[in-house]
Amino acid sequence: MLNLFCPICQRYCDETELSCGGQAHLIRRDHASSDKDFYEYLYERKNDKGIIFERWRHVYGCGKWFHTARCTLTNQVFGSYSAKEVQPPKSILATIRRSRVDFKGWVK
Amino acid sequence: MKRYSLSSIFTEAFRDNLGWEKAWTKRQPRKEYQIIIVGGGGHGLATAYYLAKNFNITDIAVIEKGWIGGGNTGRNTTIIRSNYLQESSIGIYEKSRSLYETLSQDLNYNIMFSPRGVLMLCQTEHELRAMKRTSHANRINGVDTKMVAPEEVKEIVPIININGPRFPVLGALWQPRGGTARHDAVAWGYARKCSDFGIDIIEQCEVIGVKKKREKIVGVETTKGNIKAKKVCFVAAGHSSVLADLAGFRLPIESVALQALVSEPIKPIIDCVVMANTVHGYLSQSDKGELVIGGGADGYNNYSQRGSFLHIEETVRALVETFPVISRLRQLRQWGGIVDMTGDRSPIISKTPVDGLYINCGWGTGGFKAIPGSGWATAEMIYNEQPGKLASPFSIDRFSEGRLIDESAAAAVAH
Repeated sequence: MLNLFCPICQRYCDETELSCGGQAHLIRRDHASSDKDFYEYLYERKNDKGIIFERWRHVYGCGKWFHTARCTLTNQVFGSYSAKEVQPPKSILATIRRSRVDFKGWVK
Repeated sequence: MKRYSLSSIFTEAFRDNLGWEKAWTKRQPRKEYQIIIVGGGGHGLATAYYLAKNFNITDIAVIEKGWIGGGNTGRNTTIIRSNYLQESSIGIYEKSRSLYETLSQDLNYNIMFSPRGVLMLCQTEHELRAMKRTSHANRINGVDTKMVAPEEVKEIVPIININGPRFPVLGALWQPRGGTARHDAVAWGYARKCSDFGIDIIEQCEVIGVKKKREKIVGVETTKGNIKAKKVCFVAAGHSSVLADLAGFRLPIESVALQALVSEPIKPIIDCVVMANTVHGYLSQSDKGELVIGGGADGYNNYSQRGSFLHIEETVRALVETFPVISRLRQLRQWGGIVDMTGDRSPIISKTPVDGLYINCGWGTGGFKAIPGSGWATAEMIYNEQPGKLASPFSIDRFSEGRLIDESAAAAVAH
């Protein structure tokens, strides 16, 4: 069972308290955007086998969103960070690099 | 290929069964093929088979990363049904179900198709209404299903508890022609027949790159060397996004782990398939006597082929209430498979942004039932370089064009 750190509550909580919101750092599109951009925002996903950055919501807790970095193959978690970040913070990327030497960094 | 028949069983019985051949030949890749199918599961093999059978193309390689039928084809709960809501889904799933009826004879391989009936329980008022709608849609499209009352459910499945209290059975959608088949046999049967047609089945060969020339596919790079091809089709279920990434595009797909489990074998207690969507569980009994139980998918992307323990607990907890008789059974095995979920829970059979590259994916939690129909439609698309009537509603364009084929009610959990 996944055990993720909620940066708002400042404590670990297990999967049953959380709800996953999918790929993080999507660029939100509005009605004026092109069909292609809107399609990318709504449907197209990286769906990486390896390190991903995703959104979680502490549903049965503070109710707030936060971000995590996780490996989809091993379910190893590399830490949580605020939902206000528009890209993964350096500290998280450094944590990932420490255990994955071949990690290429975050791709939009 | 030596035919399997009564006389071959007799003949072999009198010579210590020494004359049986390997079902399919394991080959090393040649330098070039007309068509490469990436993925040696049911859908990939069926695609190769129907290309050979319906269109006389045999210059095909089926490339498999692991072993034949080791992915989702060998990890599902073997349910076959076609009681979907939308016309285009009914089209392809009903084609598939009807192909399953004669597949053993077609392939000369006993796939143990058992049309034992599929019962989809309605345990809330909303579900009852949704199922009634589905049954009307089925009738309009000529699929043989009907709504049955709780008392009739009890007659069909005597071990069921229809009185709740949490999940009373209010009715059910009954498809008597649905059922199960032996999943491994489906993969093996197709592989054997493909091999007989002269199609190369190459196992332990992973695609690690895609060769393109001016946005046209010219071949693939594999762990067994480069292979050239005029056309390539990705049929890799949960790993479709990984392959698409190699080819330079993204898919509207997310991969999650879906789990199943079997109980210890017991005497026959249930002779049909029961699916309970509200409580996230479904149940049938295998010929060995094990209860085959499937449940919900994980709520987050993963490729771990294990799945979360809490989902097993959820599934089993709910099923025990609906079938009190199974409460003392022990779990024998549990496993997971990586399923490729689309936003509308309908598959993708489509051309791609790369010329000559086709894709068949997005079957999500219910691909097994669709194997023959999906192979049929994909073969047609590859041969004509254009999707046919069965496949055309399922193109990738449907997402940007807003013509989704919403099957979330029919496919939310149970398949």
